Amino acid sequence: MNAVLELETVTRVHGEGQTEVTALRSVSFASYACELVAVMGPSGSGKSSLLTLVGGLDSPTAGVVRVEGLDLAALGQKGRAAMRRTSIGYVFQDFNLIPALTAVENVALPRELDGAGSRSARRAALAALEEVGIGELAKRFPDEMSGGQQQRVAIARAIVGERRLILADEPTGALDSETGEDILRLIRSRCDGGAAGVLVTHEARHAAWADRVVFLRDGVIVDESGSERADTLLEHT
Amino acid sequence: MATGTWIDGMEPAVSVRNALLALLEQGPRYGYQLRAEFEDRTGGTWPLNVGQVYTTLSRLERDGLVEGRGADDEGHVVYGVTRAGREEVAVWFGSPVPRSQPPREELAIKLALAVTAPGVDVGAVIQQQRTATMTALQDYTRLKRHATGDEPGEVAWGLVLDLLVFTAEAEIRWLDHCESRLRRAASSPRSAASVVAVDTDAAHQGADR
Repeated sequence: MNAVLELETVTRVHGEGQTEVTALRSVSFASYACELVAVMGPSGSGKSSLLTLVGGLDSPTAGVVRVEGLDLAALGQKGRAAMRRTSIGYVFQDFNLIPALTAVENVALPRELDGAGSRSARRAALAALEEVGIGELAKRFPDEMSGGQQQRVAIARAIVGERRLILADEPTGALDSETGEDILRLIRSRCDGGAAGVLVTHEARHAAWADRVVFLRDGVIVDESGSERADTLLEHT
Repeated sequence: MATGTWIDGMEPAVSVRNALLALLEQGPRYGYQLRAEFEDRTGGTWPLNVGQVYTTLSRLERDGLVEGRGADDEGHVVYGVTRAGREEVAVWFGSPVPRSQPPREELAIKLALAVTAPGVDVGAVIQQQRTATMTALQDYTRLKRHATGDEPGEVAWGLVLDLLVFTAEAEIRWLDHCESRLRRAASSPRSAASVVAVDTDAAHQGADR
């Protein structure tokens, strides 16, 4: 089985000299289709650095990040941006919706930017909104929706098209516990449906929705739970 | 599946006795029925053997809280609740479970000793527990994914599962707290050498700090 996402001895160092901080050191892991991996750690453990590297928003100091077999660093700025529009869906804690656009326009945007016709982008966006259970809110603006509904829009935007990698950075942070659980159910079902998911969280209850939980401390993976870890290691050798 | 601390601390005699009494208050039942219903409500989290059920029933009968109502067509001895039994159930539902004596908590005891014993890698003790508890939490969450119905029995089982989830979550939060507390202690000049072992990578946060 091929990994959708692969990190090979990834190190990320910020700054230099006296102020040098190592956010990640020699981190290796892989994430496969139909699998949700949670990355857990306290603030400063490197979990957010990991997600920005995986999302192609930042580049490693050493090591390789591959998405669907492609080395993100080798793709260049343009290639990475295209990757983010077509293959990688990103869900943020604070939703990051564009306030001046309706739900369906927010979701259609990445496809339109990618050159899809506006009608087909809209059709795909409506389908994604249906999938996350808020098809009827398509014409609302973000400030006319609850936090849970806005996060559903953000998830629809992350899954629109045939994206196979979903990255979620504390996606339930701003939501009450029951709404947060619905969001996790949604991400979970998308992974059950064939996507690979990486969920970054400091909450054990949320990490527990994952098939595997990776513990990060001071930029190092210190342990892993609920995994067939041997399989993952074999893939690397 | 690992069980949470609350379960280990649960006084079996009292909780089973009151649970059976509460079930009998809903109508006469025989021993196997009581066991099946108890396990159904609680999702089999605390398995009962039928011997335990009959021992408890005979004690309840001795105390005048239940009475035998003869045998049904298939020869099962059926029990029903007495007026005193009904009152006992009302008292149970009407009062909190005592919290005065914290149950003996092996993990807390283990950590308390690990922190003060020379040569124990406390960081490893914490991480190994965190992984084990996380695995249990993943198991509970997986069960929860399938327990979403609104039938009273399913809701009851779902609530028991939620308690297991919250208990495991609290344990992990406590472990995280222990870890950061011990790191803070290790970085203070008066730290004990054994506490420094909490660091996952002693090389970059030297013990001499």
